[in-house]
Amino acid sequence: MATETHEAVGEGLADATGVAAHGADAAPGMPQLDFSTFSNQIFWLMVTLVVIYFVLSRIALPRIAAVLAERQGAITNDLTAAEDLKRQAVEAEDAYNKALADARAEAQKIVAEAKEEIQAELDAQIAKADAEIAAKSAESEKAIAEIRATAMENVEVVAKDTAGEIVRALGGKADASTVDAAVNNRIKG
Amino acid sequence: MATEAQGEEGGLVFHPMDQFIVKPLFGDGAVGMFTITNVTLWMAIAVLAIVGLMVLATSRRGVIPSRGQSIAELAYGFVYKMVEDVAGKDGVKFFPYIMTLFMFIVTANFLGLVPMAFTTTSHFAVTGVLALLVFFTVTIVGFVKHGTTFLGLFWVASAPLALRPVLAIIEVISYFVRPVSHSIRLGGNLMAGHAVVKVFAGFAAIAVVSPLSVVAITAMYGLELLVAFIQAYVFTILTCVYLKDALHPSH
Repeated sequence: MATETHEAVGEGLADATGVAAHGADAAPGMPQLDFSTFSNQIFWLMVTLVVIYFVLSRIALPRIAAVLAERQGAITNDLTAAEDLKRQAVEAEDAYNKALADARAEAQKIVAEAKEEIQAELDAQIAKADAEIAAKSAESEKAIAEIRATAMENVEVVAKDTAGEIVRALGGKADASTVDAAVNNRIKG
Repeated sequence: MATEAQGEEGGLVFHPMDQFIVKPLFGDGAVGMFTITNVTLWMAIAVLAIVGLMVLATSRRGVIPSRGQSIAELAYGFVYKMVEDVAGKDGVKFFPYIMTLFMFIVTANFLGLVPMAFTTTSHFAVTGVLALLVFFTVTIVGFVKHGTTFLGLFWVASAPLALRPVLAIIEVISYFVRPVSHSIRLGGNLMAGHAVVKVFAGFAAIAVVSPLSVVAITAMYGLELLVAFIQAYVFTILTCVYLKDALHPSH
């Protein structure tokens, strides 16, 4: 116990003052400068480095490089696929717009056609109606003219009869032809 | 230990550096080259952690990653981009090498923050070897790729002729100091942080200051988490910068 304490004090002193090794078996002030351990450290360091180098260069680094490349590839593929889909969407939109415009034009055409058809029919009907009206009015005019003519004749007949009667009533002798001539003359005049 | 500490006058015993002692895992004896020590244990744990993250977590190879796979991919992308941006396209073939350094340092740094853990990257033996590996790799790559024109790195053609020899000396010195600063930056940062945490922990033995000490340890621990990542990042990006010098030596 006592010797241990003594050693500890000695070590503490050596540490405090920075005095380097004071014996082969005693711990030096700075273990870093204890050259007796250098060969051991260097040997194990070289072993460690060689192992790490082989593990990294043979297994780890190619694997990580492959994973990174694969991921990059996947990202690139996805991006191109997205671009493709986007283009398709644009195309679909264009097609839709075109279809819409076509449909609109078609509708306009149908409307115009219908309008034209209706107009033509209307015109035909109007013409037919006009013709009918014209025929009817012509007929009516003829009928009126006939009525007028018959009325004129009747007037003549009545006038001649009346004139003859008047002449007879007045005591004159009514010559039929003279009366007719006189009446005709009057009517004309 | 507590009674022992009280037995000494004052009762305050700091052993901030004890955590860095390399000791055999089985029995006590001298630490030989092939002895299985705590260094071995924590390096093995680091290897297992890296295998778990980079191999097991990615075993599904999901196009939609799991959490673990995301972290592995993040680490991969982080270092890959760093190598590509700093060292250029032709630096990419050094990517597995730089990834090894980064993964080892970052894993060892974070494992060192586990309580009772041994921090392998706080030893200059380790960081020095890492830095020297980078130094020699860069130097050899430079000479193999560019031959003697690689020496143009030290001959600043854009400076006035009279200044060039002076600059060349400075450049040569700075080139050879690189591995030193490279290794001490990493090891020193980790060692200092861990030692400070231990010192604060030592103060916790005094009842009056122990709450303050616990708060300080918590704050230091947060800082150390930051340092653990930043030092790994700095080490890696400096490796990329040095590699860039070797691949494109013209200023």
